[in-house]
Amino acid sequence: MTPVRGTRKRKATIGATEAARAEHRGELLHAMLRIRRFEERCVELYSAAKIRGFVHLYIGEEAVAVGVNEALTAEDAVVSTYREHGHALARGLPAEAVMAEMYGKATGCSGGRGGSMHLFDTGRRFYGGNAIVAGGLPLAAGLALADRMRGHFRVTCCFFGDGAYAEGEFHETANLAALWGLPLLFVCENNLYAMGTALQRHEAQTDLALRAASYGMAAWAVDGMDVEAVERAARRATESIRGGGGPRFLEIRTYRFRAHSMYDPDRYRDKAEIEQWKTRDPIARLTDRMREDAEPVEAKLAEIERRITEEIDAAVDAAERAPEEPVGNLLRYVTSAPSEVR
Amino acid sequence: MVTDRPDERKTTYREAMREALREALRADDRVFLMGEDVGRYGGCFGVSLGLLEEFGPERIRDTPLSESAFVGAGIGAALNGMRPIVEIMTVNFSLLALDQILNNAATLLHMSGGQLPVPLVIRMTTGAGRQLAAQHSHSLEGWYAHIPGIRVLAPATIEDARHMLAPALNDPDPVLIFEHGSLYNATGELAPRTTPVDLDHAAIRRPGTAVSLITYGGSLPKALTAADALAADGIDAEVVDLRTLRPLDDAAIAASVARTHRAVVIDEAWRSGSLAAEVSARIAEDSLYELDAPVERVCSAEVPIPYARLLEQAALPQTADIVAAAHRAVD
Ligand SMILES: Cc1ncc(C[n+]2csc(CCOP(=O)(O)OP(=O)(O)O)c2C)c(N)n1
Repeated sequence: MTPVRGTRKRKATIGATEAARAEHRGELLHAMLRIRRFEERCVELYSAAKIRGFVHLYIGEEAVAVGVNEALTAEDAVVSTYREHGHALARGLPAEAVMAEMYGKATGCSGGRGGSMHLFDTGRRFYGGNAIVAGGLPLAAGLALADRMRGHFRVTCCFFGDGAYAEGEFHETANLAALWGLPLLFVCENNLYAMGTALQRHEAQTDLALRAASYGMAAWAVDGMDVEAVERAARRATESIRGGGGPRFLEIRTYRFRAHSMYDPDRYRDKAEIEQWKTRDPIARLTDRMREDAEPVEAKLAEIERRITEEIDAAVDAAERAPEEPVGNLLRYVTSAPSEVR
Repeated sequence: MVTDRPDERKTTYREAMREALREALRADDRVFLMGEDVGRYGGCFGVSLGLLEEFGPERIRDTPLSESAFVGAGIGAALNGMRPIVEIMTVNFSLLALDQILNNAATLLHMSGGQLPVPLVIRMTTGAGRQLAAQHSHSLEGWYAHIPGIRVLAPATIEDARHMLAPALNDPDPVLIFEHGSLYNATGELAPRTTPVDLDHAAIRRPGTAVSLITYGGSLPKALTAADALAADGIDAEVVDLRTLRPLDDAAIAASVARTHRAVVIDEAWRSGSLAAEVSARIAEDSLYELDAPVERVCSAEVPIPYARLLEQAALPQTADIVAAAHRAVD
């Protein structure tokens, strides 16, 4: 692996950089493992009927949320989909608030009204949680438009899938964003499937970056199983957006290791294909790279796992003990007034 | 224009609407108008004519033909501190943005546990009468009135056209304003106002004791003409303008029926599943024992609105239909 050899060469001369890189990799590893362990716990809780409804897992795709988030600041906005546990956690939502929302408790980040598919946290500029495929894209354009009109130099990042790419809303939004030069980062998570429909069965042109570029915005494809590659691409994209370059599009090639949702028997994929992709697990790939660079992985891993277990245990515990939203509050938040006339 | 009362001036519904927009744009720099042809063209119904020159293309923003994207962008901009006014040419085309209106604008506040109010105003025309055939003539505001989380307004008078926008923009939640296409040229006197229009209550446009004509929007002038004709027949009709279709002013409807004991509901939408159906049901729920006759409804024929003038007029509620319905209720 050439990049590894290159960095090794530098090791002797710039040790401080090496140490900083090792520390940063530890953070990336922590962020990815936090999402994975959180969702693995969700699977258990789902089987135990503690969590209900549609639950879409992100396992295998963690490098996308984590890598992209590295390029965003607290000022930036994130618009997400129904497969958003990873986006929410990477954005810094407390595991406790997300878990309580999965339980439908009053302390959840959406007051128990959203569940797995509708996580929101305006304090962190996390604008959900949209279960209408591609429905968040126009909204993201509006967030970016308001920033531009008010002279805020910040980025709105919108995650969506390859399936969403087929919706008119993507194309309307891409046109609008490019036409108006909006500070919008399109992050297309191409996991090769829209539920059970493979990319080549739903897209006439499967090179998604190529087609996005036709709107007049720079677009490129990235290896989504390599968190460092995602981070580099996202930084490059957000820097040019912050420089006033208008929207950018990233097609991040990734894969979900689990079924589409907890209800999906996953009959449309070849088991060999899944196993093949698992060999590119973004977490294992990062740890391998750390080992190659003689970074202290094992000790770090043990420490990270310990902290994550602690955090998730506490989140589950808090969710278990959290109060239910009183039924008397049923009509709250329909309008901003306390309750609407009939 | 000078009138017999110096504080009143003659204006049109269209100019009143434009004046309201101008006032809103001047009052608050977070306000901007966005939609197809609102800028250079001057608005496809001429409502925003001249605003581009005054406020510039950032704030009088022409959009591509992308109803879903620009309505959704309005929602996002509202979430991010702006006060957008989005214009959709007609309610017929709003269906391309229905997902954004229903699944985002009306829903985000609730789904987010109160975190995401959407202070957005969406304006569009509705209604028939100009021989534009089915895809430009339908009255679907009743569908929007079905949706919790939004307010639905139907300004029927020049005064409401002039003064409903400001309180709509002050509403922290999404407000849809339906402007009946046949009203734009309506001319009348406009007195200055110091208090905002009340968006929570229906208005009695003509008091009466014999029958309640309950309506809104483009059917109001027809109901008022019908009331004149009924007066000539010795029937004193009260005309109730709902003006807010959601939330409905149940108390005003019930109070009017308690006065007159007879109700005719006039709605340019189709009768099946219409707002008229909702109003009738509420009268049955709240005022059944006040009624001296069954509720009458005057709605459009159950047909896509035809192009041919005779057919179109036959499909729509007409003054004569209202008069006949009132007679059935009273006699
Ligand atoms: C407008 C709309 N159509 C259909 C669905 C049902 N649906 C939910 S997820 C999904 C597949 C979306 O695939 P993609 O955009 O690639 O996202 P991924 O699930 O792969 O993350 C479908 C068809 C929906 N939620 N919304």
